Amino acid sequence: MPTFGSFALLLALALSAYTLLTGGVALRQIATGGRGRVAPERLAETARRAGIGTFIATSAAAFALVWCAFTNDFSVAYILHHSNRALPGPYKFAALWSGQEGSLLLWAWLLAAYGFVLRVRHKVDVKLTAYASTILGGIQVFFLLLLNFAAMPFSLVRGAVPADGFGLNPLLQYPEMVIHPPMLYLGYVGFAVPFAFALGALMMRYPGEKWIHITRRWTMVTWLFLTCGIFLGMHWAYSVLGWGGYWGWDPVENASLMPWLTGTAFLHSVMMQEKRGMMKSWNVWLIFSTFMLAIFGTLLTRSGLVSSVHAFAQSPIGNWFWVFLVIVFAVCLFTYILQRDHLKAENKIESLVSRESSFLFNNLVLLAACFTVLWGTLFPILSEYVVGNKVTVSAPFYNRVAVPIGLFLLFLTAIGPLLAWRSSSFRSIRKNFVVPVIAAAVTGVVVIACGVHPWDIFTTTHQGSFYAFVAYCLGALVVTAVGSEFLRGAKVISRNTGKNLLASVVQLTRRNTRRYGGYIVHFGVVVIIIGFSGQAFNQTQEQELALHQSIHIGPYKVECEGYSQDTNPNYDTEYALLNVYEDGQLVTKMAPERRFYNASQQPLTVVSNHSTPAWDLYVIYAGKNPDTGQPIVRVFLNPLVMWIWIGVAIVVFGTGLALVPNLSAALAASRVRVPAQAVALTAQGDD
Amino acid sequence: MRGPGPTGRAIAKVTVIALALGMIAALSMGVSDSGTRFNDLGNKLMCTCGCGQVLLQCNHLGCPALARETAELHADIAAGMNNNAILIAFQNEYGPTVLAAPMLTKFNMIAWIVPPLLLLLGILGTVLLVRRWRQRAAAMPPVQQSAEIRALRDQVRRETEL
Repeated sequence: MPTFGSFALLLALALSAYTLLTGGVALRQIATGGRGRVAPERLAETARRAGIGTFIATSAAAFALVWCAFTNDFSVAYILHHSNRALPGPYKFAALWSGQEGSLLLWAWLLAAYGFVLRVRHKVDVKLTAYASTILGGIQVFFLLLLNFAAMPFSLVRGAVPADGFGLNPLLQYPEMVIHPPMLYLGYVGFAVPFAFALGALMMRYPGEKWIHITRRWTMVTWLFLTCGIFLGMHWAYSVLGWGGYWGWDPVENASLMPWLTGTAFLHSVMMQEKRGMMKSWNVWLIFSTFMLAIFGTLLTRSGLVSSVHAFAQSPIGNWFWVFLVIVFAVCLFTYILQRDHLKAENKIESLVSRESSFLFNNLVLLAACFTVLWGTLFPILSEYVVGNKVTVSAPFYNRVAVPIGLFLLFLTAIGPLLAWRSSSFRSIRKNFVVPVIAAAVTGVVVIACGVHPWDIFTTTHQGSFYAFVAYCLGALVVTAVGSEFLRGAKVISRNTGKNLLASVVQLTRRNTRRYGGYIVHFGVVVIIIGFSGQAFNQTQEQELALHQSIHIGPYKVECEGYSQDTNPNYDTEYALLNVYEDGQLVTKMAPERRFYNASQQPLTVVSNHSTPAWDLYVIYAGKNPDTGQPIVRVFLNPLVMWIWIGVAIVVFGTGLALVPNLSAALAASRVRVPAQAVALTAQGDD
Repeated sequence: MRGPGPTGRAIAKVTVIALALGMIAALSMGVSDSGTRFNDLGNKLMCTCGCGQVLLQCNHLGCPALARETAELHADIAAGMNNNAILIAFQNEYGPTVLAAPMLTKFNMIAWIVPPLLLLLGILGTVLLVRRWRQRAAAMPPVQQSAEIRALRDQVRRETEL
């Protein structure tokens, strides 16, 4: 099977190289009107089919590696280092992406899969798809070169083959780890598709904005995958790492956040291009940057450029990524310089107080957030280079610099939907803003009454209360603004059709799923931020617990009922049995564990968490006191964490809704007829 | 285009100034409070065991670095040292990587200043650019529209906004 896998990878490289070269030649001939022995259209078709063949070949290679994991073929070095006989089946499958070579193979396979879908659906726009397919072929060649010559997943073990493997990193033996990396990679890799379309459209001077329509769904699906990947990673960190938090501003976490931020900016700014023919250069560079940041993120995690707690996959292949990144940037810059006259804006922003301006500022703030994350991640290297001292840039930096930027973005999220396209009159601003501002003010008063003291920022170094207060007020502003948008539209429908308000909201949403789905995503973001704000009020306690001794935290009493140990072929475990009481009533039993994996000889904390909408009671078994033999238990009371996961579910729902086609047929019947002259005028000016 | 009147412009200016002040406050404020100093400082220091975690977030059982550093921190607070002096003492003992974020000194100042400065410059640049575009647009003669056309436009706008 390793031979089969290696052959499949070589075949995939040959096919993708054919896609790139033949596709490039064919497109060049079509562009210049030149002809060879074979018609360029036929050449392009063979390149497309070779691209489809690449998918089959990389699928075969991925299958071969998974097969090796399931059959415990420890003659393959990768399987030896990332699996063992006692490893449960799903984790053997996850071995595919648990190490350097496997995760690169996953990347190549996902890229081939995206390419497969794109090439099968080539009739959407044959020429543009041919360009995109060729560009994807180029990216594929890079990854397959890596897999064939630098990070070979089917390398064989020298000498005698060991009877058992070294096992999977215990931190990765968690259900979310089976889903989180593929999700994240689907996001990273997926941005290659809109990137390829954008670059292709620029190369061929594609007329109009159709390429944006074609890639809109790709971009949204990709963004959704990346969002899910990031939050699954957060949930994994929260559930496995056992430090009581979910985001540590580690370089690897930052690497996933940067393309997400620019991707989010792109999703917003393309609307300006679609509706007003503006920001064309900006959009092209946003999607170029997003793809390059996805590659840069991989470079950060692989090269050892920055120290990270995720340093499991460091190797010399960083140089390969540097070269690739430089080539990608050079191609983008060259194409842009050559074709920039094609990107002239059809309109200019007419007022600072308009929807366009709000999109522009939203983009600016998202890019500032991205730059802050990049700056913080790379500053230790800069510092070492300039002054010879490496410094640490961790949570306190980001809390002070990135959080205010995030809150400013939340403010823009609130005001954007309330502004009209082109220009808003002061009267309409006053009318639209009165209710949201009142809601924000009332929320502020209620929050202060509930014991949040924003003025603590003047008396302590703790900014949490201030940030939380601002987040709650802005959250109320956003929710009311979004709610009033739904209500205003639903009232019109209700008046015209006689339907009740709820049915009208549903119809309204179905008429413009993108817009109202987007508002639901904004609502989800507010819920997530409310969840984040709870971090300002975290409490923690650590104590050695004798039998029937207890810890008090918040409303809970955590009592030790016992402690024990167990063993199975994969790991040994120690755990504490805890009874949790609230107001004297038993509410739950918890059993935090500490495992010791036999194959890898590494420990793992298994958190026990009792989650409610108000707070999480998060308990870890920190270990046993060697002198007394009694368990040491660390208890956290983390407010509002559940709302983060609820908010993510809302974001997923909203994005899913935005992907559903609009219901348009029923709309025309219920509308009042408008003379064609007026419609034409409106189409010229407004949206 | 109906721009805001003098009152509107004044409100807009006040809002912008309030936001800017809020951001500056959020970025710069915070003074010592003895009651929470241990937690504050513990979250500004890194554990030196190599785990790469903030001191009070290190969850390694029996971590020698955690025990040593927290003991030192308690001792420094008890000795009446101020926050800055404690951070400098830690930096001198363990090197600059022991601080979870660079201090506001010399070159490290750049770390803190550059992101907000770039954002402010970006906002300022955007405002100036839009004003320039608006002035150019204002120089062009306005399109004449009858009251009837304006009413129809409003109606179409209302309905197509759904």
